[in-house]
Amino acid sequence: MPFELFVALRFLREGRAQTALILAGTTVGVAVIIFLSALITGLQTTLVDLTLSSQAHVVLKRPDRVTRVEPPPGGEAVVARVEKVPEREKSIEQWPAVLAQVRATAGVVAATPTAAGSAFATRGELSRSVALRGLDPLTFDSVVRLDDKMVAGRFHVEGTEAVIGTVLARDLGLEVGDKLRLTTAQDRGDVFTVSGIFDVGNRDVNQRWVLVSLRQAQTLLDLSGGITTIEAKVADVFGAEATARVLGAATGLSADSWMRLNQQLLSGLQAQSSSSAMIQTFVVIAVALGIASVLGVSVIQKRGEIGILKATGTSTGTIKRIFLIQGAIVGLVGSSAGGLIGAGLSAFFAHAVKNPYGDSLFPVALSPGLFLGASAVALATGLASAWWPARHAARLDPATVIRHG
Amino acid sequence: MAEPAAAAAAPAGPVLRLEGLVKDYGGGEARTRALHGVDLAVGRGEFTALIGPSGSGKSTLLNLIGLLDRPTAGRVVLDGQDTGLLDDDGLTRCRGRAVGFVFQFHHLLPEFSALENVMLPMMAARGRQTPDMAECAGALLGQVGLGELLHRRANLLSGGQQQRVAVARALAMAPRVVLADEPTGNLDTRSADALFALLRQVNVRAGVTFLVVTHDPRLAARCDRIVELVDGRVVSDRPNRREGS
Ligand SMILES: Nc1ncnc2c1ncn2[C@@H]1O[C@H](COP(=O)(O)OP(=O)(O)O)[C@@H](O)[C@H]1O
Ligand SMILES: [Mg+2]
Repeated sequence: MPFELFVALRFLREGRAQTALILAGTTVGVAVIIFLSALITGLQTTLVDLTLSSQAHVVLKRPDRVTRVEPPPGGEAVVARVEKVPEREKSIEQWPAVLAQVRATAGVVAATPTAAGSAFATRGELSRSVALRGLDPLTFDSVVRLDDKMVAGRFHVEGTEAVIGTVLARDLGLEVGDKLRLTTAQDRGDVFTVSGIFDVGNRDVNQRWVLVSLRQAQTLLDLSGGITTIEAKVADVFGAEATARVLGAATGLSADSWMRLNQQLLSGLQAQSSSSAMIQTFVVIAVALGIASVLGVSVIQKRGEIGILKATGTSTGTIKRIFLIQGAIVGLVGSSAGGLIGAGLSAFFAHAVKNPYGDSLFPVALSPGLFLGASAVALATGLASAWWPARHAARLDPATVIRHG
Repeated sequence: MAEPAAAAAAPAGPVLRLEGLVKDYGGGEARTRALHGVDLAVGRGEFTALIGPSGSGKSTLLNLIGLLDRPTAGRVVLDGQDTGLLDDDGLTRCRGRAVGFVFQFHHLLPEFSALENVMLPMMAARGRQTPDMAECAGALLGQVGLGELLHRRANLLSGGQQQRVAVARALAMAPRVVLADEPTGNLDTRSADALFALLRQVNVRAGVTFLVVTHDPRLAARCDRIVELVDGRVVSDRPNRREGS
């Protein structure tokens, strides 16, 4: 065993109470960091998943306002014409070509054509205003997964089948197999059979969405084979806005990412992340101060011994390393123990605290990277906080120390 | 193992030579001169007592010889090596190799066993622990009469026992010179006599050179040579007829 390690271990072992204190401090610090990170990451992942469960990453549609900008003669942009596009003209021109172009764009994983518009759903005396969405049964699945959100029946929209949300089903008293009539503003209507009922965890969607086949929607909305929107899934969820910009520029359509549509959620997540980062920074600082002060006291207590070590041929560098190693050991042992406790705490909360549906209210995300990161931070903190005491110890003058006993 | 090169086989000339040693403490107004030009040569295997009133500079002189401190002026030549030419790490290495210390307040590391305390200088020099070190340290502790207490923690030993461990530690690196600053100062008369006898025995058997600071005239009388320091100057340096041996 290297001499430095031998002496460092012995100093730690013999300074029982002090060692226990800094180890406890480091352990608690690392546990807090692990638990907090796991919790925040877990919550954010769940929130984002929830948001994206019923939403495509990027939605392309024809701009509903056309703004033509003439080349400015005097450097000033002139808005030449602003007009509302009539309902009928909302369809995307030459959409099969545009769809192919979207699918070929880098970062896009899948894309599906949809036709959307407003309609009335009626059953007997009851009637509700709904958002009619026509889906391509073959490709919609690859962009938004709804089949795992079905609470009754199944996700199936062939022929005159319709899939509705739980709230609409309750409002209209509908069950799987029941009939409902859909009428559009274009004064077209048809009777559909409820094939499935979904719950996406969003009241508005559960209340307003009525999903039918693309073909039926095209007929009801009088689009004559046209579509109103192209919905796309991207590889990097948080790169959706960038991809949306690329798609918008390439197709001339208005492209909205889920990020733009959920800016409040995103800024909430950001605020959460930065306050968590701030808490973790303060925890690291507190742990560092703890290690530094305990090692600092230990250097003062061990002045005489340091003097003896020097008088018997121990070099300045070796003395310094003896104390640096103590900091490193505290950091490593503390991060291992803290990692275990943090993981245990996370697992406990994830399993113990659940909502009435059995979903965890504390979804936690524990990753090997988190543990590695926390260990690296703890090791660096241990070394950095041992730096000053180590330097002080190395500089002690043996003659003075020995003289004063 | 602890035995240095036999005195007879060693090159001629003193093992330790001091030339015009001056030591000042403090600076400016507060400056005090602890040593005013000390010249001294100590031969191989000599057992010298350093006596003098309190504050006369004995500890200062020992610290300079032991390379714990640097002189303001003058030279310390240890085993033919001018130590003024060494950097700090060089001094540390030379100190570990050539000098053994026994201090008044035994100064062992309390959290280490007797054996480990004796091994410390060896580990410091080699950078790690090796099995032969324990063997060598055990033999040294046997020589100072502590063969039974190898694994007892230093702070659980009596004062006399601790000082014996310190002697064994001083011998660990087979040094040219052992410097002892009032080694019996904290011991009762019986322990002091026993320790002194031990130092003398090591000196005679192994030919190690000793420079021992003492206040006790009885002990000084048992040395080969007596050097007296007053106000930082050597005022007398005389051989002493050994009694007993
Ligand atoms: N570190 C120091 N700082 C200032 N003065 C010192 C220091 N060490 C020793 N002295 C002074 O130097 C003189 C000699 O001290 P010292 O060598 O300890 O004498 P002795 O060991 O003979 O009692 C004394 O006057 C003492 O006060
Ligand atoms: Mg003294």
